[in-house]
Formats: sequence, C-alpha cells, structure tokens
Amino acid sequence: MPPSGAPRPRIAVAGNPNTGKTTLFNRLTGANARVGNYAGVTVEREESTWRIGGESVDVVDIPGTYSLAARSGEEQVAVRALFGLDGEARPQLVVLVVDSTQLVRNLYLAVQLAEAGLPFVIALNLIDVARKQGIAPDPAGVAAAFGVPVVATSAQTGEGIKELGAAVLAALANPPRPAVHPPYPAALEADIGRLLPYGAAASPAEARALALWTLLSVDHQDELLDVPPAVRTEVAAIRTAAEAAGRDLDLEVVSARYGWLAAHQFRPPVGAEAGPRTSERVDRVLLHPLWGSLTFLVVMGVLFQTLFAWSDPLVGLIEGALAATSELVAGTLPAGMLTDLLVDGVIAGVGSVVVFLPQILLLFLLLGFLEDSGYMARVAFLVDRLMRSVGLHGRAFVPMLSGYACAVPAIMATRTLERRRDRLLTMMVVPLMSCSARLPVYTLVIATVLATDERVFGLPARPVAMVAMYVFSTFMALVAAAVLGRTLLKGPRVPLLLELPPYRTPRVPTVLRQMWMRARSFLTEAGTTILVVTVILWGLLYFPRYEAPAGVTLTEEARSREQLAQSYGGALGRAIEPAIAPLGFDWKIGVGLVGSFAAREVFVSTMGLMYGIGSDLDETSVGLREHMQAARKPDGTPVWTPLTGAALMVFFALSAQCLSTLAVVRREARSWAWPTFLFGYMTVLAWGMSALVVVVGRWVGFT
Amino acid sequence: MPHTLATVPFGEPVVIERIAGERGFRRRLFELGFLPGSTVRVLAVAPMGDPLDVELGGCRFSLRRAEADSIAVTGLAALAAK
Repeated sequence: MPPSGAPRPRIAVAGNPNTGKTTLFNRLTGANARVGNYAGVTVEREESTWRIGGESVDVVDIPGTYSLAARSGEEQVAVRALFGLDGEARPQLVVLVVDSTQLVRNLYLAVQLAEAGLPFVIALNLIDVARKQGIAPDPAGVAAAFGVPVVATSAQTGEGIKELGAAVLAALANPPRPAVHPPYPAALEADIGRLLPYGAAASPAEARALALWTLLSVDHQDELLDVPPAVRTEVAAIRTAAEAAGRDLDLEVVSARYGWLAAHQFRPPVGAEAGPRTSERVDRVLLHPLWGSLTFLVVMGVLFQTLFAWSDPLVGLIEGALAATSELVAGTLPAGMLTDLLVDGVIAGVGSVVVFLPQILLLFLLLGFLEDSGYMARVAFLVDRLMRSVGLHGRAFVPMLSGYACAVPAIMATRTLERRRDRLLTMMVVPLMSCSARLPVYTLVIATVLATDERVFGLPARPVAMVAMYVFSTFMALVAAAVLGRTLLKGPRVPLLLELPPYRTPRVPTVLRQMWMRARSFLTEAGTTILVVTVILWGLLYFPRYEAPAGVTLTEEARSREQLAQSYGGALGRAIEPAIAPLGFDWKIGVGLVGSFAAREVFVSTMGLMYGIGSDLDETSVGLREHMQAARKPDGTPVWTPLTGAALMVFFALSAQCLSTLAVVRREARSWAWPTFLFGYMTVLAWGMSALVVVVGRWVGFT
Repeated sequence: MPHTLATVPFGEPVVIERIAGERGFRRRLFELGFLPGSTVRVLAVAPMGDPLDVELGGCRFSLRRAEADSIAVTGLAALAAK
C-alpha cells in the first residue's frame, strides 16, 4: 500500500467495444468523472476515482478497441494510454474487461497485453449471461494461461465487483508478470529483431510488443502520429522483403496469436449449437425488409417527436422561470444600464444556454437507450446504403434527423461517430438541416408575401412553400455532404466493419449518468461561450445610447426602434446593406439578420421593433404582417415581394446565423478553424443561392 | 467458379479460404477472427440490398457487399467432397 501523501495509484480500464466496459467503469467510480481529451485527437478521455475499501485509485477509461494495432491517431490512443507513450501517464495496472460470451475474440487483446508484459487483471464480465448460455469460462484456467489474476464479474448485477477491487489492490502491491509467447514463425522473429533497435522500452518483452505493433500498424497509408521516419523506412523494407518471399506478415502474426488461444481450453466444451440465439431471432423481425423498416420508422418518429414537440413543455417552463426572474430583477433594481445588462444581457444569455437543456437531455437519454440496447448498430446497418451514397456514416443518421429540431444537440450527438472525419463531415452539414428556430421566420415571411387563397399548381401556396423549404434544406445538406466529403474532408474510403452486438437491457443509471455528463459539458464549455457572446451581442444593440432630441417625447416602441436603428448593431445592419441589396433586402432586414445571430427566431421580434409595433409579438401577428406588406422601397415598390420572401427564406435556410451552433462546433471539434469554416461556407452558400433565386425569379417574371 | 461471401445463400455455413483487399481492412478482419479456415454464415441483408449481416463464432458483424466480395469461401459440402 502506498503511504499517505504518495501519489494515488493509477489504473486503466480497457477492453473490446460492447463488453459492458462503460457500465463497469461507472459502477466502480460513481458519478465523479472528469472528462478531458487525448492530446492531438478528439477522443474523449474519462478519468475518475475508485474507492476500494479505504484506498483511492485513479481510473482512466480507454476507448473500446478490438486490438492495439492502429491505422489512425484515434485508434492509437489505446496503445499510447496503456504504454504511457507521447505524454500519456503510464498506468500501474490495467483492468481488461472481457465479454465472457465472446471469450476468444476478447482474449485476443489480452494476448497483446501479456506479450508486452504489462501488468493486468482480467474481469470476465457478462458472466451471468455466459452462465445462462452454458458457456461460462473457468477463471482459474484463464488465469493459469495468462499468468494474471482473473475475476468473474457482472457490471449489470454487481457480481464480483468487490472481488475485482481486492484483486486490483493485491496486483498493485504485487504486480502480476504475464508471459505469453505465441508460436511465431522464425522469419517473423527475424523481422521483429530488425525493429528492436528503434525503440526504447521498459523491458525486452515490451520492446518486442512495440516492434510487433509497428509491424502490424505502420505502412505507407496509415494516419498514425509520431512515427519516426527511420522506423517507417525499416518497416517498408521488411514488408517488401516479406511480400517478395510470398509471406503475409499480418496473417502470420494474427494466426499465431489465435493459434495460441486455440491451444488453450478456456471453458467446458459445448455441445452442438443450440439453435439461433435470441438476438438472431429478434433481428429476423428488426432487420426484416418490411417489419424492420417499419420499426425503424416508428423509433425514429418517436425520437423526432420527442425532440421537436415533447421538449416544448420543458422549454416553456424554463422560459417562464426566466421571464419571472427578469421581471423580479427589473422590478427590484432601479432602472438603468446595470439593470438592462442584468435583464437583457445576462439573464437572457443564461436563458439562451439553458433553453437547450431539455432537447440535449432528451436526445442523450434516447441515444443512451439506443446505444446500450444495441439498436444503434442496427440503425447504422439499416441506413448504411442511403447514407453512404452521400459519403456519410450510417451512424450519422440520428444526428442529421435531430438537426430538424436543433443543431446544438445534434452536433453533440455526433459523438456516436468514432472517426474524426465522419464526425467533422456530419457537424459541417447538420446546421443545414432546417431547425425549429427557422420555422417562425418561414411562417412570418410566407404569411407576408403569399395570400391565403394563393395557389401553385392547384395547391394552396402557403403549405407548399413551407414543405418546399424543408425539402430544399434536406437536399442542400446532402449535397453539401457529398461535396465536402469529396473535397475538404476527403479521406481514404473506409470499409464498414460494424459489430451487431447482442441485444441487452440498458442499465438506467448508466444512461442517466452519460446524459448528465453530456449536459454538464455543454453547460460548462459551450454554455460559457454562448453566454459571453450573447452579452456582447446585447452590447452591440444597446450602445451607443439613443437620446431623444429635446422637447420630443417618444413612445416606448418608438424609443426602442430608434435605439436599435442607431446602435452598433443597427450600423452593422446598414453597413451590410450594399451586400444584401442585390438580394432585395433593405437595411431593416440587415438589422434583423444581425440580431438573429442570438437565435434565428429573434428575427421576428426585431422586425416587430423595426416596423414600430413593439417586440412583444410572434410570427402570427397580423399587425406585423400588414406593416411589412405596406413597406415600400425609396422607389415606391414594395419591399416584401414573393421573390424577396423566397430569397430571404433561402438565406435563412442556408446561413449559419446561430452563435450557439458555432460555439458547440468549436467545443466538439476542439478548434476555432471549423466553426470559422462553417460560418464562411454557409454564408457564401446562403448569399449565392439567394442571389440565384433573385436572378432566376426575375428572369421568369417575378419582381 | 470461386465463391465469395457476397454470393453465398443466407444461413449457409461456409469456410473462409483467403481474404484479399486493402491491408488495414484485412488485418482488422483477421484480428476479429476472420481467418482462413474459420466458418462464417451470412444471415441477412439490409432492406436496401447492402450491407450484409455476417455471423462468426456467435458474433455478428455488418459488412458491405464490396468487401464481402474480397473474402473467398468454400461451402462445407464442397470441402467434405475434397
């Protein structure tokens, strides 16, 4: 035991995906995780503390992996974290979580750890499921083969957790020394020998293991980080020689390891296969061309409905609470700049952050159930064909669908994607999906420029225009994905190799904990950015202060309009007028565009102010509509023609006018470059498409 | 005619002969246990005709036809006749 005052022991939890590793991690450590990032990649690192009896142990969660061999920086995380390479702190002990129902495939990773001589303890997890299937392995047999302690556990029921704690403490005091030697052919041993001089490792076994890792991972098209050029040259020479000799290096290594595993009898022999497993039977329905598709539509329908409609009452509650707080503050404090800052800047800013919480919580609650039950993998399976046609991963479906409700939770949901390129591509196109904040703008504009009885192709024009906007935004998102995926985010074609894990009952505490962690990271990281920028935006519209000329008394509305018109934001709206005039927008619309950065629906209340009927109205206000219809340009023609309306809606559909979206992209991509690019390309696209609408519209005879 | 995993009937167990194709993907398949000599079955296909649902040792993976086509297989019956 370390004496008090000594640094806490550090252990890592590793294992294949779908082994219940996260559930086990949560069970060990409770809800006090610290979330960080691995250096150089956007892979999340969760770290926490495990209290074992009177001892405290730091635990870091290693992303799920089938093997240490890697092709990319993201996959490299496991080897870096386990061996303590490139600035990662080296754990004193590894807990390897193994799915007892998929023993051999899971122990493949154990062979790699044992070859390296890393001290580890095996948790034979899901032991209860394996027992039910009559395939439970014998812990003593596994322990004897690897030379490490083995504990049978069930993260679901809590079985074996205490024993695992005891085994970990014992192993920290007296580290196990695993020694496993798969029967590699002599030629391969010689190749390993050629790579040994390049690395500095803690032990001969570790040097060998790292040489093997290099041999299996490095080639001319990997995307690994920090591989010395000399090593690359040597590996290339070894591979060329092996190929010339007709050898298959990868097959030699992997089949020797599996050969070693096959030589051991880890569990009682099972009789003839007892017919299809439960999951296979369930999938005969859930992956069925008809019933599977129907189930899929229902599940996605519920998800969409939850985000789009069922989050409304919660949003209403939050808005009510904020309004009450504002009123209270405004009523208590004397009128003045400080009160305005508190009410319209800070409280409104906090509100613009908190208002996202219902959708984030609900989305991550549903995502948790989808992931933990195993259905998420089926979603990817069912839509892979469709998504692949525009270069997106099947798992990007849920974030894209969520984008119709709000881009902020949708962008956070891209975490279900493993590869950075897939994540970035999805993040760059999700904001094009027509979110619910654009709806009030469409409603106002359509009602202003189209009469109730107007018809197109015999159909009522207003609903047609609304549907057209949704079809248009979806189409543009898919086109953008196809274009970006072939240009800026071009990557090697990645074959699909997706595990369809057995269906399992999700564990509610695990789902709730993940949900809370997501919400917390949104509040602390993206939320602070959103708050600060909202206050800045408030300042832009508040300063400089408007003073009514002496002797002139203005109504409250008129004052607000004058204030807005001559504020910095108003000046900005006027300044951009030359740029937006070709689209048929006047400076009032320009001010509306500036103001809508806080949230798109703010456009409606800004228009209310600009047209002098106050900001306390919504998109269905008849008064606002009539004022807009009556508005004239200096030359006497109406401002709000159907053509201008169409151009404005297209602009809103395509532009990245949402600070919260940009803040969340910065948080998720861990860089300012991506939100900057997002803003740039969407603004250019929005302007270009609006201009196209105007040009084509005029050409066919609209004004 | 050599068979690939993309052409075998659903549910029929077949034995992997060899795997061609891109190196990283081959290595991944090997590491998951798709080794020459192991028995696999194609269970189903997604509603839109791709990808496939492949079972190996009680574990299931989804693979696209293009990649399944690079996995050469022999039927158990053909293997017994040899």
